[in-house]
Amino acid sequence: MNFTLQVWRQKNAREKGRFETYRAENISPDMSFLEMLDVVNETLITQGTEPIHFDHDCREGICGACSLVINGIPHGGKKGCTTCELRMRNFKDGDEITVEPFRARPFPIVKDLVVDRSAFDRIMQAGGFISVNTGAAPDANAILVPKKHADNAMDFAACIGCGACVAACPNGSAMLFVAAKVSHLANLPQGKPEASRRVRAMINQMDAEGFGNCSNHYECEAVCPKEISVRAIAQLNREYLKSVFTRMA
Amino acid sequence: MELKSHIPSGPLAEKWDKHRFELKLVNPANKRKYSIIVVGTGLAGGSAAASLAELGYNVTAFCFQDSPRRAHSIGAQGGINAAKNYPNDGDSIWRLFYDTIKGGDFRSREGNVYRLAQVANNIIDQCAAQGVPFAREYGGTLDNRSFGGAQVSRTFYARGQTGQQLLLGAYSALQRQTASGQVKMHPRSEMLDLVLVDGHAKGIVVRDLATGQVQSFAADAVVLATGGYGRVFDLSTMGLGCNVTAAYRAYKRGALFANPCYTQIHPTCIPRSGDFQSKLTLMSESLRNDGRIWVPKKKDDNRAPNDIPEEDRDYYLERKYPSFGNLAPRDISSRSAKEVCDEGRGIGPTKYGVYLDFSDAINRLGKDLIQQRYGNLFEMYHLITDEDPYEVPMRIYPASHYTMGGLWVDYNLMSNIPGLFVIGEANFSDHGANRLGASALMQGLADGYFILPYTIAGYLAQVGPKNISPDLDAFNAAEKDVNDRAKKLLSIGGKRTPDSFHKELGNIMWEGCGMARNETGLKKALEKIPELREEYWQNLRVLGEGEELNWMLERAGRVADFLEFAEIMCYDALDRNESCGAHFREEYQTAEGEALRNDKDYTYVAAWEYKGVGAPPQLHKEHLEFENVELATRSYK
Repeated sequence: MNFTLQVWRQKNAREKGRFETYRAENISPDMSFLEMLDVVNETLITQGTEPIHFDHDCREGICGACSLVINGIPHGGKKGCTTCELRMRNFKDGDEITVEPFRARPFPIVKDLVVDRSAFDRIMQAGGFISVNTGAAPDANAILVPKKHADNAMDFAACIGCGACVAACPNGSAMLFVAAKVSHLANLPQGKPEASRRVRAMINQMDAEGFGNCSNHYECEAVCPKEISVRAIAQLNREYLKSVFTRMA
Repeated sequence: MELKSHIPSGPLAEKWDKHRFELKLVNPANKRKYSIIVVGTGLAGGSAAASLAELGYNVTAFCFQDSPRRAHSIGAQGGINAAKNYPNDGDSIWRLFYDTIKGGDFRSREGNVYRLAQVANNIIDQCAAQGVPFAREYGGTLDNRSFGGAQVSRTFYARGQTGQQLLLGAYSALQRQTASGQVKMHPRSEMLDLVLVDGHAKGIVVRDLATGQVQSFAADAVVLATGGYGRVFDLSTMGLGCNVTAAYRAYKRGALFANPCYTQIHPTCIPRSGDFQSKLTLMSESLRNDGRIWVPKKKDDNRAPNDIPEEDRDYYLERKYPSFGNLAPRDISSRSAKEVCDEGRGIGPTKYGVYLDFSDAINRLGKDLIQQRYGNLFEMYHLITDEDPYEVPMRIYPASHYTMGGLWVDYNLMSNIPGLFVIGEANFSDHGANRLGASALMQGLADGYFILPYTIAGYLAQVGPKNISPDLDAFNAAEKDVNDRAKKLLSIGGKRTPDSFHKELGNIMWEGCGMARNETGLKKALEKIPELREEYWQNLRVLGEGEELNWMLERAGRVADFLEFAEIMCYDALDRNESCGAHFREEYQTAEGEALRNDKDYTYVAAWEYKGVGAPPQLHKEHLEFENVELATRSYK
């Protein structure tokens, strides 16, 4: 297969970026999207051009490092699939493909397709945890968790922190990311004591980082590679409301 | 050099308690006078950094990923072992200890393995309290499942993402400490040298990968939690960033490297489909419960699998191991696949693959039940290969997956360099010659949450706080080395990319020091590696600059280290004239082709000392004492 790529190149955060056109030739349909870029990079290097930089690591859809917008859609638009899992057989021979970084103000570009997502870490630092020191835990079976609650918590805990939800949202909101953590912990008895403080702290940090708000476009759910449901956002709103009343009481 | 394991005396079950009592403590008010560097933030490093910070130490942590949440512990699927005995099926700490030491083919320390089994239960408690969403029964209690190498159900799990959930637990604890200021976190940072002051590890040199800035950090102790070296084979199930660099730099500064030849090859991965391939994807071992493994009887049989009649198929595992059949252990199953492919009977585009066929199971149990059991795995396979495993057999082949070898440490997890601690997959300590499933997560978290926080205090209390400055000559000299090396790599101006060398090295190692080794092959590899290294420093091409994010430079440094490290692996494999666990020397097998261990001459840990690039390393032996278990021969016939 052969493709024409329009790839965003940007030397660093300060300089202006631009699209460059590259050819991807003799591509096997079995290649992943990133392997296709590996091939293009090897060619670029032999021509003396610096390779296209993009974040990646596990290449099996779990680490959350890969972060490309492919033809306008974060992770390329195949349901439940990260960029590293996307195969070239999903494209047509001869296609022109645009490749851009995740774009959002709180995700500044580091180089080419690599963005800085440390805002997510700071949101987690604000409250994405249960305060239990090592050694202070009771026997694991002393905390009973109904199966349904555990399964619900797991649905939300599956978030890989890639940031596709932000890149897809017209408001650049991180609501699905924040909601996934809030809902994961709110569904478990262990998470209850801090639920109120957690939801407020995480939302405040999200705002402070410059992420937008949610206005129910649901683009986040559509591109989430782990198919996390916007039910999380509904739960987040409930938790937030509860926290306001708790504080008043 | 005499290697002192510092295993406490006394009965096995009392060693750890006794040792904890004997270890010196650091007074709570004094802990803030000490600083500790933790390199790597996977299960081991993340849990250690968080736990040390909770105790009040000043922790500085580093990872090469853009966030500590992405360390490759995240890729672990199956589960984590502990001897809770919740299912009431006869489990005990002793049984977990015995299964683990036997699974390791009696090449690990009794004292270490017993301690691992003892603290495993605390890990489950800790993780549950952190909010790890373990699978539950309807009554709300924790669910367990069975795993290879054990006859009890002791594996705790969170769907097929146990590693991810445990890592996010450790990450959340780490984030909490980062918020409090007790941990200073440096993501996108790679350790490029270890700095010794008066013979003690007192700091590291780090390159900020985003800016290219090279900087020194000093502390009272250094903890390496930098994972395994499985990418020496290039293709593996590991993350593409996984590397040996931090451990290898410590080795070059005098730390001993133990048992590097113990590398685990996982039997059920999706085979490579071409030279472009960057990564091999693991398919859970559980598939072997219902799948039947076969290849054509004839060489070069190019018929589609469903056109090959029953009489022309060789179900080789069922034929060779009638009682275990398709459930033969990982090492045996992997080697058998290689054998049939080497005979020319392999399948798929590269001819290095075997079929894993579910048609019998589908006929017997129905498609629905198979879908319930393996639906997500079948989908993943379908997504990657574009073949529907309900219709045609899966293709699988073994791949490099985990490394049991690592830097040598004593019972305190301290290397032979005082002040340098090594935890998780980066050390050699607990798995012997072969690791059982669901034990990697257990060891990483045991080291980080429950062992290192105690043992590091013993060292710190003994030496006292030093408040070392990163402006000392030792740091300046190490920084200069790091900068000079980067300049050298950028200035070679040759033709080949770092990746092309990595692929070639991977092939040499896979052929010479892979699933099965022999003297001739190892010696050949030892000839080829220096030649390739020579070419590397003549013909490498690295573009860009040192003062910015530069992938090629990062990779070039890592590949350069693999090109030196690969030799120690071969020397170790050559020294070990026996077959044990994952190390199979073709010269040492029984008439039936089974591994032949030599307990008389080889019950030692082989710890290698650096003697210069290209020079053979020096071997130091730590003899393993077995006072509580009898060395039995594994049999799966």
